[in-house]
Amino acid sequence: MSSAVDQFKEQAEILTHDLRHRAIIQTALGKYEVVRDKSRGAFLDYAAARQAAAETKWEAVNHLDTHLEELVSKLEARGTKVHWAGTGEQARGIISGILRDKKARSIIKSKAMTSEEIHLNHALEQEGYEVVESDLGEYIVQLKHEPPYHIVFPAMHLTRGDIRDLFNRELSINSSDSPEELTMVARRVMRQKYLSADVGFTGGNFAVAETGMISITENEGNARLTAALPKTMVTLLGIEKVLPRLDDLALFLPMLATSGTGQALTCYNTMYGGPRQPGESDGPEEWHVILLDNRRTELLADPEQRDSLHCIRCGACLNVCPIFRNVGGHTYGTTYSGPVGAVITPHLRGLQEWKHLSNASSLCGACTETCPVKIDLAHHLLQNRRNSVRQKASTPWKLGFRAMNFVFNRPSLYALIPKFGRLGQMLHPLVKGTRLDPAYAWTKTRETPQIAPQTFKEWWKERG
Amino acid sequence: MTEREKILGRIREALQVEAPRPGQHQSHGSLRPAAGAPAAQARAWLPPVGESAADQLAAFRINAMNLKAAVHEAANLDALAGLLRSLAAEEGWKKIATHQGCLTGDACGALGLPVLQTDGGYDVHSMEQCDAAITECDALVAQTGSVLVTNRSAGGRALSVLPPHHVVLARREQVLRDLPAAFQLLRQKYGANYPSMISFITGPSRTGDIERILVLGAHGPKKLTICLV
Repeated sequence: MSSAVDQFKEQAEILTHDLRHRAIIQTALGKYEVVRDKSRGAFLDYAAARQAAAETKWEAVNHLDTHLEELVSKLEARGTKVHWAGTGEQARGIISGILRDKKARSIIKSKAMTSEEIHLNHALEQEGYEVVESDLGEYIVQLKHEPPYHIVFPAMHLTRGDIRDLFNRELSINSSDSPEELTMVARRVMRQKYLSADVGFTGGNFAVAETGMISITENEGNARLTAALPKTMVTLLGIEKVLPRLDDLALFLPMLATSGTGQALTCYNTMYGGPRQPGESDGPEEWHVILLDNRRTELLADPEQRDSLHCIRCGACLNVCPIFRNVGGHTYGTTYSGPVGAVITPHLRGLQEWKHLSNASSLCGACTETCPVKIDLAHHLLQNRRNSVRQKASTPWKLGFRAMNFVFNRPSLYALIPKFGRLGQMLHPLVKGTRLDPAYAWTKTRETPQIAPQTFKEWWKERG
Repeated sequence: MTEREKILGRIREALQVEAPRPGQHQSHGSLRPAAGAPAAQARAWLPPVGESAADQLAAFRINAMNLKAAVHEAANLDALAGLLRSLAAEEGWKKIATHQGCLTGDACGALGLPVLQTDGGYDVHSMEQCDAAITECDALVAQTGSVLVTNRSAGGRALSVLPPHHVVLARREQVLRDLPAAFQLLRQKYGANYPSMISFITGPSRTGDIERILVLGAHGPKKLTICLV
């Protein structure tokens, strides 16, 4: 069985040499950068907005218990059923229970990363339910039997030609590769599903404690329809999504749009405050909200990295990350990829198995700089490296440091390093770039730097 | 112990230790943001909009049109009815869906078309066959070019997203400066009795999921028309 780290290395090796993949990603992200910068530039004071967003999230996360209790009591006061799930398994169990209770057959879903996190589709399909993703990008990757490539742009790695071939094969149609025509294919398929689905499933971007509302951000209108037509609505969201006040959305809705897609505001930003109320003409009869922990409280218990719970899942750090842009989203093998995924996955799924993600970083700090809620991602990657060694250092690691300690404390031994090094470099061309080369991991793709012909100390002595 | 108690217990235990405040690596004591909500001052940071009604109307028009929504102005209710008639003729509407309201009532009546009223319940399949939805709204937001609707002001949850063309009827005075003003309006208008759905509609439904190329009408309306009286 290949481990997470082997899988990462294999995939990264393939994709960094895949020029077609690189061109697709660079084109998509190039377009994103232009609109993102334009939207940020429209702010009167983007730096202050970012600081305020960080402080608001700090307040929300550092008083999470009181905000959650307020949220739940406000939701329940209007007839919403609230469930608490400690683990993904519990969340799946709650959802299965609701579906059984409602005698449901078919579920229409709008985009929810939490459902990817708990592998909901797979579980429900195993139980015999029909599950359809309504977001276009999610629908494409669902047809392709793949996880989303990116948390905001799930089908970013595919060209229109790829999608045409996929649709023509899976839906037995004969569409052209025009994005317009392909979108209309999905629209027609989905229309029937909205009308016939028993249950509408959504995620949530923000939960407003003050008024007991879940806010959903989208562009396509699929979440609006999912929350309007089926008789039962189920919403799964992480406990960290809470915001203290309704007015906070005046800041967070534009911040999410700006960083997520580069829009000033996405097309639909909708706040749901309950199931259909007396006197209202439509909407679900029942609304179930499931609050998911799934080891978020472990992140909360680490004050150093607690701010990674501020994350609004905009994907901005993925988009700027030189590693993500070269190795691609699937290589990570995680629900949340890119810098934020590398930070939180070791907490959510185990440090030793996922510590390699923290090395998939150039330490350039672009992620920290772009984060709209100021999560110190670049430092958290370093902290994960430190923590993993502190928890369990490998034998070569320990021996290496012991040897370094021994040599560095003895100047006469230390002085031999450049001497032997120069000798070694003279012989290096014999094996350089081959499997026999001890520095193969470096030299297979790069030149080795030359050791200077003379050290500073040697030069100083010679100079008298 | 219930799952709720377990999770809240874990949260309280975790929060025993302070976290550093944003932008700092070390903890500097307990942070309570300055009096009131930081986001309440959002106007000082968000994209600026002029103070006069004329500026705001102009900003709304520009922003909405950049989002590929159409904005029309009518001098009075008669002109509004005329505007709708020409839209209906142009697109060949055969059936429309709407809800009861001061602006929708007369304007839709004057069209002389079969009308589906959503008030008090309706058949979804027949709404799906309507060529246009004509609704009112709570406000128009100049800053973003958005239409603020609720299921109370705009005939339910589905009406503004199911038919292929959404036509919004609004009065000029409904144009608000920015998002903070929109949330203030919601607070004043509804108090604690909020509608179960509140939505900012910013342009017609769209997607960029295929090669980041904009396509309108992903799942919601392909066209959004705002008629100001």
